[in-house]
Amino acid sequence: MQITFSRWWTSVCDMANPLRGEVFRLYKNLLYLGREYPKGAAYFRERLKSAFMKNKDVKDPEKIKALVAKGDFVIKELQALYYLRKYRAMKKRYYESEE
Amino acid sequence: MSGRVLVGVKRVIDYAVKIRVKPDNSGVVTDGVKHSMNPFCEIAVEEAVKLKEKKLIKEVVAVSCGPQQSQETIRTALAMGADRGIHVEVTGKDYDTLGPLQVSKILAALAKKEEAQLVILGKQAIDDDCNQTGQMTAALLDWPQGTFASEVSLENDKVKVVREIDGGLETIKISTPAVLTADLRLNTPRYATLPNIMKAKKKKIANVKPADLGVDLTSRLEVLRVDEPPQRQAGMKVETVDDLVVKLKDAGKV
Repeated sequence: MQITFSRWWTSVCDMANPLRGEVFRLYKNLLYLGREYPKGAAYFRERLKSAFMKNKDVKDPEKIKALVAKGDFVIKELQALYYLRKYRAMKKRYYESEE
Repeated sequence: MSGRVLVGVKRVIDYAVKIRVKPDNSGVVTDGVKHSMNPFCEIAVEEAVKLKEKKLIKEVVAVSCGPQQSQETIRTALAMGADRGIHVEVTGKDYDTLGPLQVSKILAALAKKEEAQLVILGKQAIDDDCNQTGQMTAALLDWPQGTFASEVSLENDKVKVVREIDGGLETIKISTPAVLTADLRLNTPRYATLPNIMKAKKKKIANVKPADLGVDLTSRLEVLRVDEPPQRQAGMKVETVDDLVVKLKDAGKV
C-alpha cells in the first residue's frame, strides 16, 4: 500500500503546480465524505484510491481539470445521497404515511 | 434587539446505527458507537445560518450540553455557519440523567445572559424523542413559542411561523424574543464539508459549567428499565381464503 501511494504522489508532483493542489484537495474532500458511505468507509476508500490510480498518468492540464470537475460533481452527488437517506429515514420514522 | 440567535444542538447516536440495549437493561450501548448531531438540530442550525445570510440577524451561537465529545457537535454547527459556540460541561451521573428539564433551564439562563432574540431548537431528539425542551425553555423564559415550524419569516420585531399540525398547517405571528422548534420540512441542511470544518477551527467555543449559570441539574426522573421492542413474529403462508379464516379463528382474532 505504501509503494502504490508514493507512485501516485510522484505522479501528482509531476503535474503543473496549481493542479497538484486541486487533485490533492479533491482526494482529501472525497475521503472525508466517504466516512459516511452506506457500504462502509473502507469500501469507499478502496474505490476512491483505484479511481485516482487509474488516472495517475494523465498529464494534459485540460484533461486533469475535467477530471477534477467530475470529482466535484461526485461530491455533490454524495451530499445529495446522504441528505435523501436521512430525510427518508426521518420521514418514515416520524410521519404517518399519507395513503 | 441584539440580533443574536441561540441554537441548541444535541449529540446523539447516529440515525443510521442499529441500536443495541445493554445486557443489564439499564440503557442503550453508547461506547464506541457512532454519534452525530441530531437531524432536527441540523435543521435548526441551517435556519439560523439562513437568517444571518439574509442579514435579518447578526450572530449565531451554537450551544451543546454534555461531556467533552459535545464539542465535536458544536464544531459541526460552526462548520455550517455558526459564529461561536458555548459548551456547557455536563459529565458522569449528571449527564446520564440530563433531560429536557435540565437543558431548558440551562438554555433559559444562556438566552438571558446572551440577550438572545431567538432560541431555535430541533423539535425533538431522535434518542429520547421527548419533544419538550423547546416548550419548557419558552415557559421558563415566559417567551412565546413557534413549535413544529415548517416556515419561519421575520417581520420587524415579530416572527411569522407556519406550524405542522395534525390535519394541516397553522400560521401564527409571535413577538420576539421567542423560542422556535424546527420540523423536518423547514429547510435542507447544508453538509459540513472538510474545508468548512477546517475554517471553523478558528471560531471560539466557550466553556461553561451549569453551576456558573445557577442551574440545578437534579433529575426528577429515574430510568427503571430499557427493553427492545418485541421481536416481529414470522408470518405464515396459507393456501386458500378458508385456511386464512380458520387460522384467524384459531388465533381468536375473528
